[in-house]
Amino acid sequence: MADVALQPNTVGAAQPVRKRSGLQKALKRKSTAAFLMTLPLIILIALLVLYPAFYSLHLATLNKSMQRFVGLGNFEFLFKRDTFWLVVKQSCIFAITAVLFKALIGFIVAHFVHNIPAKGQRKWRGMLLVPWVIPPAMSTLAWLWLFDPSYSAFNYTLSFFGIGPIPWTGDADWARFSVILVNVWYGAPFFMIMYLASLKSVPEQLYEAAAIDGANWWQRIWYVTLPMMRNIIAITTLFSLIVTFANFDIVRILTAGGPLDHTHIFATWAFRIGIEGSDIPLGASVSLFMVPILAVAAIFILRDVNKRGNEA
Amino acid sequence: MADVALRKVVKRYDDVEAVRGIDLDIADHEFIVLVGPSGCGKSTTLRMIAGLEDISDGDIMIGGDVVNDVPPKDRDIAMVFQNYALYPHMTVAENMSFGLRLKHYPKAEIKARVTEAARLLDITDLIDRKPKQLSGGQRQRVAMGRAIVRNPKVFLFDEPLSNLDAKLRVQMRIEIKKVHQKVRTTTVYVTHDQVEAMTLADRVVVMNKGRIEQIGTPNELYHKPATRFVAGFIGSPAMNFIPCRLEDVGGTLQIRLTDRIAFALPPARAARYNALPRTEKLLLGIRPEHLTESHAHLGPGVESFDTVLDVTEPMGMETLVYFGLDGTPVCGRVDPNAGAKDGAPMRLAMDLNNMHLLNEATGVVI
Repeated sequence: MADVALQPNTVGAAQPVRKRSGLQKALKRKSTAAFLMTLPLIILIALLVLYPAFYSLHLATLNKSMQRFVGLGNFEFLFKRDTFWLVVKQSCIFAITAVLFKALIGFIVAHFVHNIPAKGQRKWRGMLLVPWVIPPAMSTLAWLWLFDPSYSAFNYTLSFFGIGPIPWTGDADWARFSVILVNVWYGAPFFMIMYLASLKSVPEQLYEAAAIDGANWWQRIWYVTLPMMRNIIAITTLFSLIVTFANFDIVRILTAGGPLDHTHIFATWAFRIGIEGSDIPLGASVSLFMVPILAVAAIFILRDVNKRGNEA
Repeated sequence: MADVALRKVVKRYDDVEAVRGIDLDIADHEFIVLVGPSGCGKSTTLRMIAGLEDISDGDIMIGGDVVNDVPPKDRDIAMVFQNYALYPHMTVAENMSFGLRLKHYPKAEIKARVTEAARLLDITDLIDRKPKQLSGGQRQRVAMGRAIVRNPKVFLFDEPLSNLDAKLRVQMRIEIKKVHQKVRTTTVYVTHDQVEAMTLADRVVVMNKGRIEQIGTPNELYHKPATRFVAGFIGSPAMNFIPCRLEDVGGTLQIRLTDRIAFALPPARAARYNALPRTEKLLLGIRPEHLTESHAHLGPGVESFDTVLDVTEPMGMETLVYFGLDGTPVCGRVDPNAGAKDGAPMRLAMDLNNMHLLNEATGVVI
């Protein structure tokens, strides 16, 4: 803001005094200074993000032995394979379902925590964040044992109610349920903490005004809480969608894509083909397929955030 | 519209008693202002009337019904908050109509009410804007509009002008008064600004430390304060309190301020204070406007004395003069042409017909 407002003044004032060289003028400008200051970060991002990104683009255009340029040949090959479309479907089901439940559970838990008196709240906040701070590779191992068909705690407990044994990771539908469950368990605390921060920033007087206006509990959530949290909900959902779409560790450890590829998602399948199958160009093509899907989602969500950014 | 009554209302937070058993009757159509320093319990009282705070003891009645356990939405009240509390994601029209929409009023009626309120508050052009696009004064009008469209039994205002600059505050004060004259809804208004209280209220309730100090019309509070707190709180600059004692000199009752300065009391005052023990420690309460420059023909009960001014404050239409009487700082109001200068001697006149005498220990006006 200040930058925009100051620029014309600086330029206007400098001109009548004496003509300065272009470089001097450019350095005087706040935007130039800002650019120079962010340059180290830009270089870092270029090295660590752009280079690998373009390199994988390059890889995706090579043949299996990485000797020959095949253009979009890898993609053509993928489009013809049923497994690829299964992975696309599974990735979408996995990401959308998991994000939906993470958001829902995060929202509900954030409300509970928000209503706990300040004294005990820190304790609960800390405990509820535990799933998120444990390295997922570790916690997923624990889940793997919980899901074990023969001696696991789940099946043992369910046996008392005459249920099971359930093939948690052995049956396609149950395996999909299990990976989503673990992903929700791992990711919900992030939503909880984001929503909690957002809830705390809603002025209490808005709720009081709504209460006097005649809003009941549900109407207060619908007409005050949710609209006030819209931006955070949108950004958190987008962020989580990206991370969940690109998830690797949970699926890899829990099911390794099985049974019969029925839990593979982009990252695990790309790993299977690229690293385990030694076809790095095809693996790169699989992983690149995430980009357009996520880009479309990002454009839609961020456009909405921008539109509403000026309200609050 | 309805009357409001508070019966022995108490509010406790753990060990602290914020409101200590207040009784108040507010008549239908009346504009009542609760005024007092911060922490005196005025906002808590208002919030208890609104139902935003539970009451620890006593009864609150709106329109004759006890509403102690009635939730805010069923009390048929409207409140204007200090920070306006407008819903930022709704337009002005949506903000104003929110309460009506929740109660499923017909669309045509909602539109008519919003249009009428917008016209009354002169915000018709802003109806499609979001709160972010409005100035402080405009937001305040919208907050009032939101209250008006509901046509409630009682309006509650919680320091609504505190966030506005001085000039806008005066403007909005007049607006609020005009609106009340038109809609005549019973109003309870909380402020810490005694000027707001005096200018707006039919009756002012002065609160201090969770208790009501005095209830009265602005004039009553100004001219007949019951306690030192009220006398000092109402009026700007504040009333002077000068330690004094009574003495009999040659059959007349005198009030002695310093070794050097003593005045014979006017007959009416002498009769009123004659029974007081001469040893009692007293305070003379005198407003700055009753301490003016002296001139040749002083009326009965007006006594003159010499002093040396410490500081003068020219205000344009008057000059405030500050001086000491035996170490007690005193403020007077003189004509700007009376020649008051910093550090200069000046002969001042005290109008004892408008004096107050207070018991120093109890703070009660005698």
